[in-house]
Amino acid sequence: MEKKELVPYGTYIMIWFGLLVLTGVTIIAASLHFGQWSIMTAIAIATVKGALVLFIFMNLKREERLFKIMLSLALITMTVIMVLTFADISFR
Amino acid sequence: MSHSNADGGALPSYLEVSGRRTGILGWILSTDHKRIGILYMSLILGFFLVALCIGLLMRLELLLPGPTIVQPNTYNALFTLHGVIMIFLFIVPGIPAMFGNFFLPIQIGAKDVSFPRLNLASWWLYAIGAIMALLSLFTGGGVPDTGWTFYVPFSLRTGTNVPLAVLAVFVMGFSSILTGLNFITTIHRLRAPGMSWFRMPLFVWSLYATAWIQILATPILGITVLLVFLERLFGIGLFDPAKGGDPLLYQHLFWIYSHPAVYIMILPAMGVISEIFPTFAKQKIFGYKAIAFSSLAIAFVGYLVWGHHMFTSGISDTSRWIFSLLTFIVAVPSGIKVFNWVATLYKGAIEVPPPMLFALSFIFLFSIGGLTGFVVGALATDIHIHDTYFVVAHFHYVMFGGVGIAIFAALLYWFPKMFGRMFRYRPFFISWVFIFVGFNTLYFPMFIMGWLGMPRRYYDYMPEFQIWHQISTVGSWLLATGVFIFFIYFVKSLRAPRGAPDNPWGGTTLEWRVPSPPPAENFIEIPTVTAGPYDHHGEGDA
Repeated sequence: MEKKELVPYGTYIMIWFGLLVLTGVTIIAASLHFGQWSIMTAIAIATVKGALVLFIFMNLKREERLFKIMLSLALITMTVIMVLTFADISFR
Repeated sequence: MSHSNADGGALPSYLEVSGRRTGILGWILSTDHKRIGILYMSLILGFFLVALCIGLLMRLELLLPGPTIVQPNTYNALFTLHGVIMIFLFIVPGIPAMFGNFFLPIQIGAKDVSFPRLNLASWWLYAIGAIMALLSLFTGGGVPDTGWTFYVPFSLRTGTNVPLAVLAVFVMGFSSILTGLNFITTIHRLRAPGMSWFRMPLFVWSLYATAWIQILATPILGITVLLVFLERLFGIGLFDPAKGGDPLLYQHLFWIYSHPAVYIMILPAMGVISEIFPTFAKQKIFGYKAIAFSSLAIAFVGYLVWGHHMFTSGISDTSRWIFSLLTFIVAVPSGIKVFNWVATLYKGAIEVPPPMLFALSFIFLFSIGGLTGFVVGALATDIHIHDTYFVVAHFHYVMFGGVGIAIFAALLYWFPKMFGRMFRYRPFFISWVFIFVGFNTLYFPMFIMGWLGMPRRYYDYMPEFQIWHQISTVGSWLLATGVFIFFIYFVKSLRAPRGAPDNPWGGTTLEWRVPSPPPAENFIEIPTVTAGPYDHHGEGDA
């Protein structure tokens, strides 16, 4: 098996710090009342947080293509589910 | 392929090799996928019989209008219990946990699943979840009375023991997720040399599609029931309009899991039928790739149709027609399968021993269930029959007529392989007669009652429904008689003398090339696969 380079601890700490900052941004954004854009803002921030965890903390960016395809399947499914949910909420 | 050890003696089977521990510990701590399959089987079938008895009590209560054997609150508890046990303890784990665990590795030429310990952990999680569900009956406020759907706001307000019941569902969900994870990894990583994707048996394809639903959809159920738990404990207001929440959000979340879960149940059943038909028609399956891809298509489209459970709940008109349209699309891959199974029989040398008889009944009953799905999936008609007995009849035709009957077929088809014994046909033919006649007598009147307006989950009814309820109750007695005959002779057959042939039915997939019962590690040498799975006449790839 191909030997993978270890991720330095400093990177993990940076990710942790980044997640804390983004959590703070989520809270502040929620209090700013963006109206119909507030959900999109929250989702966008959560996406960035998820990407940091997946690609760097969980090392997905160095993994083989199969895992990336599998993850994209999950993401596509979730996106479709959210779009369909909004087909209800946005047109009520 | 040789199945003897260096001294020329036969290899001990998985029933004899218990690992480091003996007795009951040799089972409940075994990481052998076959033993884990049997562990699941003992619990799952036990729960099935319990839930069946609860169903019988419900039908008995409805024999006459007004109180017959129980009070209204007990009736609410009975239908909740019946649903929770049948769905979460029987039919969702059902085929993947029992037969998937036992046969998936053998069918792809592997010695075990990718993560045997995780596999054992899945069974323990299932068992712990089941114990929690049982505890919820006797602790707190007693048996939950919400129905298996735990709809808010009632599930937040009822004094019954909903918190423990939903936690049990949460724990059992993890069992399902881990099984799915294990199967996907096993199928990707442990296929024998030459076992390309299109040489895999269709049962494996169905488990693969199911496993994706298990890992993608089940977490949504997990978080949903956890939210109910938190809502009850802290009143955070997610589902409470007074606090900015939305009760329909619960229904969305619940059905985002629970509709795909229908395919967790039915896809493996379809896989079983795809194994049985070629074996007893002595034919290569018709349209192998179409059936394989239709499993994936059902798994994907199954995510897009949950809203049809909510047509009368107050969701937007836009989403109602979108969900209705998408619901019709899911019929296409299901139809592909049914037509291909029937085409497989064409010009076949068909034999009809008990497993095939049950498999043929699957087509009939599942087709009624599937076609009435159009009636409930169409927006206009659903408004009329929503939450009536029509829906109860529809899903029992799909779930019991489809999955339940497929489980009976699978139990008989793989019985010689799993236990190394044969069974007498006659008792199972007799049980089939009772099951088939009883099933239709029990559930068909429900279509009529539902169409006439009998609401589901009601304890009492108007006099004009009495005759239909009585026919239905008589059907429940016939069906239960058939099921009990089946299981009495199933247990009796477990004591029949050993000596089942390795391949009693003339099957062509890999499990029929290992001894009955299989050795502990399945194969001495991992086989090399050179042809498709249903090559009855040596014609090469499927």
